[in-house]
Amino acid sequence: MADKLIVSSSPHIRSGVTTRKIMFDVIIALTPAAIASVIVFGPKALLLIALSIASCVLSEYVCRKVMKRENTIGDLSAVVTGILIAFNVPVGVNPLIIIFGGVVAIVVVKQMFGGIGQNFVNPALTARIVLMSSFPSQMSTWNTPFYYLHNTDAITTASPLGILKEGASGTMPTLLNMFVGVRAGSLGETCAVALILGGVYLVVRRVISPVIPLCYIGTVAVISLIAGRSVLFDLFAGGLLLGAIFMATDYATSPINLKGKIVFAIGAGIITMLIRIFGALPEGVSFSIILMNILVPHIERLTRPIAFGKERVRK
Amino acid sequence: MELIFPIKPFKTHGGTDVPHVKSTAQIESAILPPPAQVVLPMQQHVGAPCTPLVKVGDTVLVGQKIADSSAFISAPIHASISGKVSAIKKVMLPGGQYTDAIVIDSDGEMKISPEVKPPVINTPDDFTKAVRESGLVGLGGAGFPTYVKLSVPKDKKIDTMIVNAAECEPYITADNREAIENSWAVLSGIYAVLDLLKLERVIIAVEDNKPDVIEVLRKIADSKENDPDDRVRILPLHARYPQGAEKVLVKSCTDRNIPMGKLPADVGCLVMNVTSVAFIAKFLKTGMPLITKRVTIDGSAIKNPQNVIVPIGTKIADVIAFTGGYKSEPKKILMGGPMMGLAIANDSLPILKQNNGIIAFDEQEAHLNEPSSCIRCGRCVEGCPMNLIPSKLEQFSNAKNLESLEDFDVMDCMECGTCSFNCPAGRPLVQAIRLGKGLVKAGGKK
Repeated sequence: MADKLIVSSSPHIRSGVTTRKIMFDVIIALTPAAIASVIVFGPKALLLIALSIASCVLSEYVCRKVMKRENTIGDLSAVVTGILIAFNVPVGVNPLIIIFGGVVAIVVVKQMFGGIGQNFVNPALTARIVLMSSFPSQMSTWNTPFYYLHNTDAITTASPLGILKEGASGTMPTLLNMFVGVRAGSLGETCAVALILGGVYLVVRRVISPVIPLCYIGTVAVISLIAGRSVLFDLFAGGLLLGAIFMATDYATSPINLKGKIVFAIGAGIITMLIRIFGALPEGVSFSIILMNILVPHIERLTRPIAFGKERVRK
Repeated sequence: MELIFPIKPFKTHGGTDVPHVKSTAQIESAILPPPAQVVLPMQQHVGAPCTPLVKVGDTVLVGQKIADSSAFISAPIHASISGKVSAIKKVMLPGGQYTDAIVIDSDGEMKISPEVKPPVINTPDDFTKAVRESGLVGLGGAGFPTYVKLSVPKDKKIDTMIVNAAECEPYITADNREAIENSWAVLSGIYAVLDLLKLERVIIAVEDNKPDVIEVLRKIADSKENDPDDRVRILPLHARYPQGAEKVLVKSCTDRNIPMGKLPADVGCLVMNVTSVAFIAKFLKTGMPLITKRVTIDGSAIKNPQNVIVPIGTKIADVIAFTGGYKSEPKKILMGGPMMGLAIANDSLPILKQNNGIIAFDEQEAHLNEPSSCIRCGRCVEGCPMNLIPSKLEQFSNAKNLESLEDFDVMDCMECGTCSFNCPAGRPLVQAIRLGKGLVKAGGKK
């Protein structure tokens, strides 16, 4: 018997939650918004999502192989990144650029820094910003909802934030239409109700804590109110819900402690609104999250939890 | 200021829900017939090891003191069966360290030593001396000599005793059964300590997933006849691991924070395990020292899970055979619960004073996933009852970064296992932190 027993350090049981199960829950939570995108923008949305996932998973596989490290596509995190990249592009883009986006996110942002948990900025958002600077016109050409059902030439319009900011021509959608997703925008960002549903699912499954989404959205609402803008418009427009629920909560690039999460989310809310009100761009969610991502180590250092039984005052 | 009893537990940080596997809670404890041989290691407590008082060939009787130490933090060891000392040899303890052990071969008679008689107690000093002679150590698992806890220095005032019946580890029900089967002894032991230390209040802390224990103890504690001055009350605690950990327990019951590196006595509290308290009552009545222990035998590899009262020093294999043996081949055997217990290398080790359970896992239950990369999900931070950052401590430990280990309060970790339990990447956090603590300890000596 002596050599057959396993001797290892305590604890000897585990909760059963694994990285793969967490990522699978995120995929489930993203599904309503994916379905909404296919309804609003047609079958090409599905093609883009599929291509993006394929690009990310393949990039991860090849990258790990080349680096001679163990294969990690089984943790499903590359699938999540793939869906999120597709959610961040307009339906009219050339499918090739989304494949490029997947390679940038996985190879440059994630694997070059050591893989899952090691990247310091959100891979999908960085990919979006790279695509925006590389293909500015494709990335800001918005198709009208249900364009695929009509046989007309005028299939593009401005996004609601674009209409507000630049006075671009187009009809402003009603708040109800914005809530259900019938508006111009990136694939996954338009349907507020689907995103909220996904967020509730993640909170119920304890995959994310509601702290970051609530503080982020709350900050945006307060600033919008003070600035005399339409609060609901600011909440449903642009990529705020997608960003606050699915991108700002990215484990690797947000603080691990409660206080840090609050600081991080409020900061992202402030930057988002500063860009929306004063910036040259109509939308600021991506930049605000990326900027806060970079600050995470400092936020964590400044908001470090005080160990039990230690005095509150720290020099 | 007069102390009042809390109506509900105070808030504590972190913790986690562990599986509530307490299949033995409703089964009456069995009594193991005296085994043919017992092995009594000289180190069954926190502190200095004992030296044998007997030699090979000596005849010993039940309850006879066979080993002692002159060190302050130590507890004597008594013969748990009658018979002949057949050997004094080195044995390995569950932690891997070696110590001397006295081996007694039974004569089958269980003759009781004339030393065993109820102690005569006139002064508080007599009481602590008697508790020392009884060999009692903290029976919840830590094994800290009880009399040391009772010898409160003059400059410290203890006003509250907390009787720890939380028993938050999965599987283990030894304290649960003690409270049900010996409830009179629990209260009687409480009163003995209450009078000795002139305590103001006693809080019996039980997790709320053990309603039968709460009911039985409440019946005794809340009756006018047993507790005329209403100084003893039950406090049901949230069933949340690690509720029974000393610092967490004191916070839950009194809202007092034990400063880092300090003891409950520093905030006016005395924490005693429920079985230890009950033992004091039995000892005062009979004078029989600590020679038996109730242990929970459970786990997926065990055929008939149950509690068994066994003479200390009985080999684990003998106890398991008595319950009906293994159901399937054990892959991992634990001394203690699955969260903090020690995995042992074989089942021929003896039951020690502070053992409360032997858990045997089959292959499936023993299986743990290979660790993968930390995803920074923060579950370890959220769950840490000491408010530490386990993921960072792991990195510092692996990098042997002593300065950061100390800066991030590695020594405050009590190794409850909540972080590793919840880690989706299966990181061996506790193992790394333990190494880190070792590094800091070794570094401090230089």
